[in-house]
Amino acid sequence: MFKSIVLVKQVPDTANITGKVMKDDGTVNRSMLPAIFNYEDKVALEFALQIKDTYGGKVIAITMGPARAADILRECLFMGADEVYAISDRKFAGADTLATSYVLSEAIKKIGDYDFIFAGRQAIDGDTAQVGPQTAEKLEIPQITYAEEILGIKDGKIKIKKKIDGGYEIVQCKMPVLITVLKGAAEPRPFQAKRIMAYKGAKTLTELEKLTEGNSLLYVDTMKHEYEERNLFIETYSADDLKVDESRCGIKGSPTKVHKVESVVLSGGSKELIEPTRDGMGILIDKLLEDRIF
Amino acid sequence: MPNFFTDNSDLLFQFDNLEYRKVVDMAEDNYEFSKEFNHAPVNYEDAMENYRKVLEMTGDLCGNFIADRATDVDIEGAQFDNGKVEYAKGTQLNIKELTKADLMGLVLPHKFGGLNFPLTIYMMATEMVARADASLMNIFGLQDIAEMIEKYGTEEQKEKYIPGFCTGKYTGAMSLTEPDAGSDLQAVKLVAYQDESGKWFLRGVKRFITNGNAHVHLVLARSEAGTKDGRGLSMFACFADETVVVRRIEHKLGIHGSPTCELQFNDTPAELVGQRKFGLIKYVFDLMYRARMGVSAQALGISQAAYEEALMYAKDRVQFGKAIYNIPAVANILIDMRVMLEYNRSLLYATGMYVDYKEKTDYVIAKLKKEGKPVTELTEDLKYYTKVANLLTPITKYFLTECANKITYDSLQIHGGTGYMREFRIERLARDARITNIYEGTSQLQIVAAISGVINDILKDLFNGKEKKQYPGGLDRLAGFLREIRGIFYDCLKYVVDKKDNAFQDVAAKDLVELYSYLYIGYLLLDEAEKNDKKIFIANRYIITSLANAKKNADTIKNELFSDLLHADKILV
Repeated sequence: MFKSIVLVKQVPDTANITGKVMKDDGTVNRSMLPAIFNYEDKVALEFALQIKDTYGGKVIAITMGPARAADILRECLFMGADEVYAISDRKFAGADTLATSYVLSEAIKKIGDYDFIFAGRQAIDGDTAQVGPQTAEKLEIPQITYAEEILGIKDGKIKIKKKIDGGYEIVQCKMPVLITVLKGAAEPRPFQAKRIMAYKGAKTLTELEKLTEGNSLLYVDTMKHEYEERNLFIETYSADDLKVDESRCGIKGSPTKVHKVESVVLSGGSKELIEPTRDGMGILIDKLLEDRIF
Repeated sequence: MPNFFTDNSDLLFQFDNLEYRKVVDMAEDNYEFSKEFNHAPVNYEDAMENYRKVLEMTGDLCGNFIADRATDVDIEGAQFDNGKVEYAKGTQLNIKELTKADLMGLVLPHKFGGLNFPLTIYMMATEMVARADASLMNIFGLQDIAEMIEKYGTEEQKEKYIPGFCTGKYTGAMSLTEPDAGSDLQAVKLVAYQDESGKWFLRGVKRFITNGNAHVHLVLARSEAGTKDGRGLSMFACFADETVVVRRIEHKLGIHGSPTCELQFNDTPAELVGQRKFGLIKYVFDLMYRARMGVSAQALGISQAAYEEALMYAKDRVQFGKAIYNIPAVANILIDMRVMLEYNRSLLYATGMYVDYKEKTDYVIAKLKKEGKPVTELTEDLKYYTKVANLLTPITKYFLTECANKITYDSLQIHGGTGYMREFRIERLARDARITNIYEGTSQLQIVAAISGVINDILKDLFNGKEKKQYPGGLDRLAGFLREIRGIFYDCLKYVVDKKDNAFQDVAAKDLVELYSYLYIGYLLLDEAEKNDKKIFIANRYIITSLANAKKNADTIKNELFSDLLHADKILV
């Protein structure tokens, strides 16, 4: 029986970019893009679910993002997650990897008592591959990145095959551990029809408020209660819930500033053929020195 | 990332226009099931949302995974080695995924682990599966075997066989056909006999059994020794234990992923399903009618895929300095294909509704009877729905499977020589389509099944109602054409009936069934055209073409084209 927490992220579908998607400050204008489940995070969820299938236990998925990120939490439920949490607050907006990993680690501490944390290697919007490792650092637990295969779990240790340049490495590590997984590591299972039917209506508080717009707060409360009864309420953790240091959150807590984003078109210049002779080599060295490449 | 549900505007149109409340209310026991199963819908809207979401998921699975494997499945095919059948690797993966997604028990009841979806929704899923890989539909569609056991089996049999279908432990086969009993199932010889304790055993050979390597078989067998016709046949269920031997699998033109087996039953222990002697006349009839819907949906899926291939190719292929799409003769073929495709879909789902009404009313009646409540009113409904469903099912099978052949033929034609080559998908689609108008009753047998309903004019009230309706603008002109076709139909019907010549009637039946179908389909399309402007084009071309075809049907009958049948021996040298 193992408890896994999976970090998932909703990302802009960069394969279908249209319109002006980049804001002047270098961040992504999410509303301009269709939002999808970051594929490697789906693979991470599949890893966690496979562990549950084999050893039993529980799978919890969490995401930090705007209100509409609840879409992917529902998808986690459709795939088989037992519990999901939204981590959402205006104060979290504009976070870089440092601020994100800080908030995630606080949320993980609040959920507590886990054996594994799984995450995709990286998200297709930023491609930094930093959030997983940084989260592990903040939780002061070991990490295994670029996992390709789970080889076994025994005596509180997990054995993993991980990718390295030009090959692979087999590592063993004490639990709890954070593991980031690669695209090809597993095929995410399809949504289960029964779970779609059961959880399609699951909602966060923000979504319930939107649903009951114009109605009294009391009504929202009744709805919330009703959704909780039917196991359809998705808990949201705000900055207050997590008791985080706000100076470490969101844009305030993000030292990374995108200076400028450019579309670079690579083009070839002129070329010159240099004979593979002793003289030729001399000419080449002269040229390189001339162009200050050396 | 194509999603075969959300990328298909016509399928979405059909789904959005389902008038399904009564069916769903009945199917879900007025939502009583939701108290016991957290996935069962709490009301009608919730049920429709369930259907939509699950179809969306199915569309994703079909469009993004199953379709990609179809070429490899076709090349590899099901294999037979050492007495064992093995699915192609892609097929194995497909079945695994369909099972994980809970789709292998789509029509089966909640309490046995299924989703309890009604037939029309099931057909929508079937259409998408077939669009991705026609051969997979045969295995997906055989959950109907469990559905039959649910309908006619004992509680014990249901417990024993059905849950395994939902969990993916079992697949099914309907073992009906024999070397000498194809279209004529009355000739079935496989013997069912009892030992002293009353246990049943099966002995004999079955041929052309789709998915004959299945775990659970429904077998049509002769339980009444000495009989020769359909009344001596009963239906049995059995597990494929070591007594069921696959002797070989067929090498076929198409649907390579679906193994077609020759089976030998060597004293296989079996259980009687339902009543003795009703095997053919009640149960197989029922099973075949559902299977005919399934094959129609399969044909439609193939048509959809073939149409798309043609459209894409026509837009890409440049000849004479322009895309061939811009050549009027080519565009005209494409429009013909699109009209066929859309009227096929309208017909399939309209028929599906009648089958749903029939089945769910039947279900409610059985339940009320058990509770000792009156059912008289519902019995009248049931009679009507049954009558209409039994007419429209063969008509649907006839048109959809013939059209699948025509659409794949035209699509290949648009591809030119390229389409004849293995590299292009249309080559497979054309081969896959060819079986659809043969199995589950040939087109000729669909005419036989439909003709009595046509002669008895059982849609008379429906047509009368439609004729009274005032259609707006240009649609009224089309309604006028339909009235004209109806006149032609009655004229031809009278001609055939008055002639009192059975042989003549047998061959004229095709024309009569077609004439009658133009009316039903024509009105369907007119009603759709009222809801959606794009459908006006479909209704327009369909009805105008049908009027021309109706005149041809009439000429064929009234010019006594068939009188030369008497001289067949002289002609057929």
